[in-house]
Amino acid sequence: MAYSDKVIDHYSNPRNVGTLDKSKKNVGTGLVGAPECGDVMRLQIEVDEATNTITDAKFKTFGCGSAIASSSLATEWLKGKTVDEALAIDNMEIVEELALPPVKIHCSVLAEDAIKSAISDYRVKNGLPALELAHH
Amino acid sequence: MLKLPIYLDNNATTPLDPRVLEAMMPYLTDVFGNAASRNHPFGWAAEEGVDYARTQIAQLIGCDSKEIIFTSGATEGDNLGIKGVFEMYAQKGNHIITTTTEHKAILDTCKHLEKIGGRVTYLPVDELGLISLEDLEAAMTPETILVTIMYGNNETGTIQPIREIAAIAHKHGALFMTDGTQAVGKIPVDVNADGIDIMAFTAHKMYGPKGIGALYVRRKNPRVKVTAQMDGGGHERGMRSGTLNVPGIVGMGKACELARLEMAADAARLSVMRDRLQAELMTMEETYVNGSVEHRLPHVANISFKYVEGEGLMMGVKDLAVSSGSACTSASLEPSYVLKALGLSDDLAHSSLRFGLSRFTTDEQIDYAINHVKEAVTKLREMSPLWEMHKEGIDLSKIEWAEH
Repeated sequence: MAYSDKVIDHYSNPRNVGTLDKSKKNVGTGLVGAPECGDVMRLQIEVDEATNTITDAKFKTFGCGSAIASSSLATEWLKGKTVDEALAIDNMEIVEELALPPVKIHCSVLAEDAIKSAISDYRVKNGLPALELAHH
Repeated sequence: MLKLPIYLDNNATTPLDPRVLEAMMPYLTDVFGNAASRNHPFGWAAEEGVDYARTQIAQLIGCDSKEIIFTSGATEGDNLGIKGVFEMYAQKGNHIITTTTEHKAILDTCKHLEKIGGRVTYLPVDELGLISLEDLEAAMTPETILVTIMYGNNETGTIQPIREIAAIAHKHGALFMTDGTQAVGKIPVDVNADGIDIMAFTAHKMYGPKGIGALYVRRKNPRVKVTAQMDGGGHERGMRSGTLNVPGIVGMGKACELARLEMAADAARLSVMRDRLQAELMTMEETYVNGSVEHRLPHVANISFKYVEGEGLMMGVKDLAVSSGSACTSASLEPSYVLKALGLSDDLAHSSLRFGLSRFTTDEQIDYAINHVKEAVTKLREMSPLWEMHKEGIDLSKIEWAEH
């Protein structure tokens, strides 16, 4: 499997690896994937409630280089976006940015799921209805 | 200066020993004759090279040189041995016994025979990769014509109790065949002491060239015959037609001679290196050796690193040429069927690395490999949500994962 330079860069120097305090009301956590499928992503966002803006994002991923790169890229993109802007991130943008081959598109889908799942968790914590999450 | 990447995939293939190449060179240039040409010196010279090689090979496994049938490699040998017995002994029965952890060359050949009237029993293995002799005894029937069980496993290095298996097969009047691909040239294999009737092996796993192998077929006590699968000029006592690959054969002969002379010293040196590699890696938590540690080829270690994903791990150990699962099947994302047969979960099977050392492996290379793997595993675990959850004492099997 030949990886793109961008995948290798994110794999070698992953951005924003870590853990946010999930007990905080303004932190949303998404945990998607399954160990037996070979990918588990946990993506967290911290939201400034006054501006509805994502001030911090962290991830941890168990998976291949493309899964690690997809989640690393997602955290980079999330920071500074409003929650609504973050919801608009489409997995195909990740595919394009990282030049993922067809067999690795599911990694980008998982990253999109992780973003939506984290936002949904944040919404529920703040008294808003959960998002309807598409299950891939 | 250490040259990267470091080759530790010697169960897939070994480099050619320069002494083997030297022996082959004349047969790739001046001595080009067809070994079957009986009418002129070109043929005679080629035949002489082949005869000498046959003796060198026979000496390694303790057989007569007439019992060596040249093939293109172990896959062909496995096919010829099994299909050849199935056809030759059809009058006696149609039942074959093998194991679930054989190489695909054995398993797929058996599956083929099942489609054309054969009956095959696939014996399970225990968590160390060993078959149960009681299971074998219970599986034997009057129709059993062949028991074929590999000597040493290509993924884990586990060595089966060959002599005991042969005795059971013979007690019930069946032939005993073994796929000796990984064992021959690495540990002492003696067809008479071991009770082997048929054995496939190949040159490129013991520092010889690719494209040449041999099938040992016993001529005495009992006299075994296999039906040819390649028809033609009747070479190799009618069991395998086709012009002999003279340079390959000469190379295989030299490789076998070197193995006979250097095997003991190589095995002693490599097992120390292998044990050091394994012990160092095992200092990391949640690290497991796959297969038997006691009954194992001296140059092999198969190790799983829990909470690390296999493909990510392979990417992390880019300075090493190693396999994750078998080299033959790692193009697919399916976890190794051999490791699954040992009872490993999918994730542990996925996160395994197979280290295969060679005559040319150095201590410096092993030092580098130890640090490189440790760094990669540590980094990936720090990045793994599963590792964090494990560290927090969360039972991952109790979590409802969203399947995707």
